[in-house]
Amino acid sequence: MLVGPSGGGKTTAMKMVNRLISITEGDITIDGTSVRSLDLTELRRGIGYVIQQVGLFPHLSVGDNIGTVPKLLGWPKQRIRERAAELLELVGLEAADARRYPSQLSGGQRQRVGLARALAANPPLMLMDEPFGAIDPITRERLQDEFLRLHHELRKTVIFVTHDIDEAIKMGDRIAILHQGGVLAQYDTPDEILAHPASDFVERFVGADRGLKRLSLRRVRDVELDPVAGVPDGMPRCSDSTTLRDALSLMLTEGAQEIVIDGEDGEPIGTLSLQRVSDLLREEVTA
Amino acid sequence: MTPLLAGGGPVIPNYGKATGCIANDNAFLCPKWVQEHWGDTLQPALVQHVYLTAIAVGIGFAIAFLCALAAHRFGWLAPPISVFTAFLYTVPSIALFQVLVPITGITITTIEIGLVGYTLLVLFGNTLAGLRSVPPDVIEAARGMGLTRLQVLRRVELPLAVPAIGAGIRIAVVTTISLATVAAYITPYGLGKPIFDGLQIDYHTEYVMAGLLAIALALVADAVLVLVQRSLTPWRRARA
Repeated sequence: MLVGPSGGGKTTAMKMVNRLISITEGDITIDGTSVRSLDLTELRRGIGYVIQQVGLFPHLSVGDNIGTVPKLLGWPKQRIRERAAELLELVGLEAADARRYPSQLSGGQRQRVGLARALAANPPLMLMDEPFGAIDPITRERLQDEFLRLHHELRKTVIFVTHDIDEAIKMGDRIAILHQGGVLAQYDTPDEILAHPASDFVERFVGADRGLKRLSLRRVRDVELDPVAGVPDGMPRCSDSTTLRDALSLMLTEGAQEIVIDGEDGEPIGTLSLQRVSDLLREEVTA
Repeated sequence: MTPLLAGGGPVIPNYGKATGCIANDNAFLCPKWVQEHWGDTLQPALVQHVYLTAIAVGIGFAIAFLCALAAHRFGWLAPPISVFTAFLYTVPSIALFQVLVPITGITITTIEIGLVGYTLLVLFGNTLAGLRSVPPDVIEAARGMGLTRLQVLRRVELPLAVPAIGAGIRIAVVTTISLATVAAYITPYGLGKPIFDGLQIDYHTEYVMAGLLAIALALVADAVLVLVQRSLTPWRRARA
């Protein structure tokens, strides 16, 4: 995750990986191999590239867009078609959409196709430059969730540029916050950055609600719950897949000091108190 | 008094049999004349005209296309080429044909050089504009995916430039069809020949008919080009 205000060099740093911007000093290595030693074309074909404006080829059908790199790699036609159909379903579209043209798709659908196109030749590394930046908030959240699910399935290394700290916290394993002028302000896990911002700049950048943001990183099932005392009648309840942040919100809106947590089968498995949530935030960083 | 010729009596040249139209006070359009002279006058002129136009636009496009590719790659080439093609375009056609005669003679080559010169402005301008109209994000995505510069040109930029290039060719074809009639002033070729002939002997049907044929040729050529262009760009008609 590369995150920071504009002018921090997020995109520049990313484009040096596939050498759309040439490296003047220093080096970038992928699995120990310098990107400067690789053939430019080969390097880029091995890296999936997704940009905010998507950049689909308007004159090619969705299927041909997805098949661009496989075609360059000389795959047989049949295999390209099958791969396109498979990827379309993977990103939540239908195989029949392969025949449509980009102008016939909505913004969210286009970005899905852009993602499928980047995944076409199964590259181990993906570069994503604000891929969800130009999409309405509701669709963006859905795409983020789907991408996270995909990411857990595909296990690729993803370098993701965003200016949205919430997106970085949600999507990232490790976050690099860049300051204006390309200065690295902090590089750490989301939890650590929220718990211990390295500077005033980082603290301001992550926002005054960083405690709440930390809570959104953890789900109720990941924390130790108090035992259920008797029959939890009338107490607000929520499922154990809820984030701590949403659980806290429930307590505040219901005016409750404690809520009951339901397990997957809907049976109560414990209770969570306001005090407990507050304590958790002051604990040392887990993970 | 000596007779003009032995055998006596003035000789009247044989102009053939006067058609009904000539007898009938030089009608504006005489179908009978068209019928009788389609094979020996109008049809050959029409075919010649198609050749003149096709060769001029063909050569013109080849030159303009290469110039546009060069100007697309090396941006500094664009202004001088634009200025030069615009200059060619402003030279009056009859003057240009006359100037060329001492060099290339009273030949079809003279005509073609002139006609090619007039196509360059629109063909070069439109081809370059088409190449430049490709959205930067599309190019960036293509480059980022590992397409070489040549592949970007062939697979992305040229297909996307087809609408602009096609528009340029249509304008070039229609203007060349019209301009090529003037070429008969230099050498009797194409639909200009019956037009000049008809004007010379003040016979309406001949030049009116040739003019109508030039208009029809332009309309048909334009329609054919529209169809070709459509079949090359199916993506432009795709709507949700």
